[in-house]
Amino acid sequence: MKVHEYQAKHILAHYGVATPRGEVVFTPKEAREAAQRVGSAVVVKAQIHAGGRGKAGGVKLARTPEEVERLAGSLLGRPLITAQTGPEGRIVRRLLIEEGLDIVKEFYLGLLVDRAAARPVFMASSEGGVEIEVVAQEHPEKILKEYVHSAAGFQPFQARHLAFGLGLDPVLLSEATKMFSSLFRAFQATDASLVEINPFVQTRDGRLLALDAKMTFDDNALFRHKDVQELRDLEEEDPLEVKASEYKLNYIRLDGNVGCMVNGAGLAMATMDIIQYAGGRPANFLDVGGGASEEQVKRGFEIILGDPNVRAVLINIFGGIMRCDIVASGVVAAAKSLDIKVPVVARLEGTNVELGQRILEESGLNFTVASGMKDAAEKVVAASRGN
Amino acid sequence: MSVLVDHNTRLLVQGITGREGGFHAEQAALYGTKVVAGVTPGKGGTTWVTKNGAYSAPVFNTVREAVEKTGANASVIFVPPPFAADAIMEAADARLPLVVCITEGIPTLDMVRAMHFLRGTATRLIGPNCPGIISPGKCKIGIMPGSIHRPGNVGVISRSGTLTYEAVGQLTVLGIGQSTCIGIGGDPIIGTSFVDALRLMNDDPETHAIVVIGEIGGTGEEEAAAFVKAHIKKPVVGFIAGRTAPPGRRMGHAGAIISGGKGTAADKIAAFRDAGIEVAESPALIGETMAKLLKPSAKRADR
Repeated sequence: MKVHEYQAKHILAHYGVATPRGEVVFTPKEAREAAQRVGSAVVVKAQIHAGGRGKAGGVKLARTPEEVERLAGSLLGRPLITAQTGPEGRIVRRLLIEEGLDIVKEFYLGLLVDRAAARPVFMASSEGGVEIEVVAQEHPEKILKEYVHSAAGFQPFQARHLAFGLGLDPVLLSEATKMFSSLFRAFQATDASLVEINPFVQTRDGRLLALDAKMTFDDNALFRHKDVQELRDLEEEDPLEVKASEYKLNYIRLDGNVGCMVNGAGLAMATMDIIQYAGGRPANFLDVGGGASEEQVKRGFEIILGDPNVRAVLINIFGGIMRCDIVASGVVAAAKSLDIKVPVVARLEGTNVELGQRILEESGLNFTVASGMKDAAEKVVAASRGN
Repeated sequence: MSVLVDHNTRLLVQGITGREGGFHAEQAALYGTKVVAGVTPGKGGTTWVTKNGAYSAPVFNTVREAVEKTGANASVIFVPPPFAADAIMEAADARLPLVVCITEGIPTLDMVRAMHFLRGTATRLIGPNCPGIISPGKCKIGIMPGSIHRPGNVGVISRSGTLTYEAVGQLTVLGIGQSTCIGIGGDPIIGTSFVDALRLMNDDPETHAIVVIGEIGGTGEEEAAAFVKAHIKKPVVGFIAGRTAPPGRRMGHAGAIISGGKGTAADKIAAFRDAGIEVAESPALIGETMAKLLKPSAKRADR
């Protein structure tokens, strides 16, 4: 789960990470009032769940409250198109009004779980404000890494490795140690999957602050973080994906026109791939779960058909222990209750497959039965073209 | 010979009194697996019995007690996500050599702790978030349908569940049996990596060829490719799911995500090819690709 920059900063500040003074606002008037409280020179920052805001004009300096109000008016309610949003951009609905700082140096800090090492890793670089992927590609030696011990946690000597490695002034050592340790505490306490401070800055008056902040949380751990769950901003997500998540369905919308409903994530990805291999374009990823019950299939149809681009639907269910005749009856009942207009190609595999296919064929619905993934993909791509 | 499990496997089911645990314990027993014990804290002293009464096993409060009383030497975990990492550590503490965790949705930092706990123990963990392990005709630990498998000499290693069944189904239809199939799991942190599983298959004389099914995210497939290139002489067929997956999105599995431009299907396919792995272009061609690879060697055996 993602949160906004201002929310991430709020969490980090709670754990002792220094952040600039700032307020979140929703209207130009609120922006002006906030600017009067925050300081003379402020930064107006668009809050959307995507990076690359600065280059796209979503982060602006202002000298007076009037200028802040004017800038807020030009940003709020309009789409901001960044390198990460796609061509349609994201509507800006919230702004962070933050104090302007006199910055002398910028750094990068990141914390995530290294999959292969099975432990958290702290990453730092003196190349702040630049995309870390670019640094990793061009100057891998400029990225410092400290692997955190799974039981002992992050240690002060590791903070010193980072601080001296970044070339920080020794007088800032204790503040840097506090910053890094606080950052790790926040990461661990909230079950974050990623914390990124890019940049973290040193000011002329010798302070270290998180100028930007990005936090992503482990969806599997949200059950024990009700406070984090409350920060979810549904307006940042695709409405169909929000609906699917309410049904506990794993759905991701794509830009093709062949809808697909599959049981299991790996098979669902492979089904998208084979649709493309057959010359079509998948409209979505959808895993209806191992059992593919009538209820889940019905909800899956509702979600898939909520996308107006969908011209045909492929159902690919590897029944496994679940019997195909039961899956087929569920699919037919779900389709009948929804009055489905688009052609549906169904491929079932597993126990009682012939019986399952007969149930689909005799349903009186616009169903085509396929045998095997290749046959299914070719049939659905043809159907999506009206053949 | 087979990998990790066989007729001597004595299975303990953690979470046997739950719906999933009980159902799959019965399926395992029906397949011929010796289900010798169950563990559910608070239900020790009771007996787990299948509806038709054909199979039963004593239930214990702790894994330690279950191992002491029954000589169980493998465990399968059907415990809800918040408690699953603890269940893994309990099994390792009882010195079980093999622990298979089916549970999906374990918090990553819980797995960081569990993996730390496992270091230095003799326990091999398979999973979590996996279908389990099967040696066709001998032993089934997990949720895969036993009926689609047949005994033979091809090893299958995969991060996925139903996609593995798809591949196994293709092999079986073509008359190609399997020695052992290991679902290593779709999570970012897993107990047995591709390389671990490849090493086991490579050392198994009954395994003559290997299918490796990967997907986007992480670097497990790249490491597998390097291992195959350096150590494996047996024919290897590969498939990578997720060519059409958009970057930055988690595709169902917690571990299936392209992040920072890393973990793409294109990179993994290139690594496979570079290692001499025969890559199936389409998921429908996994079985055929293996059949083609096996033909020349079968001819050689004939001569």
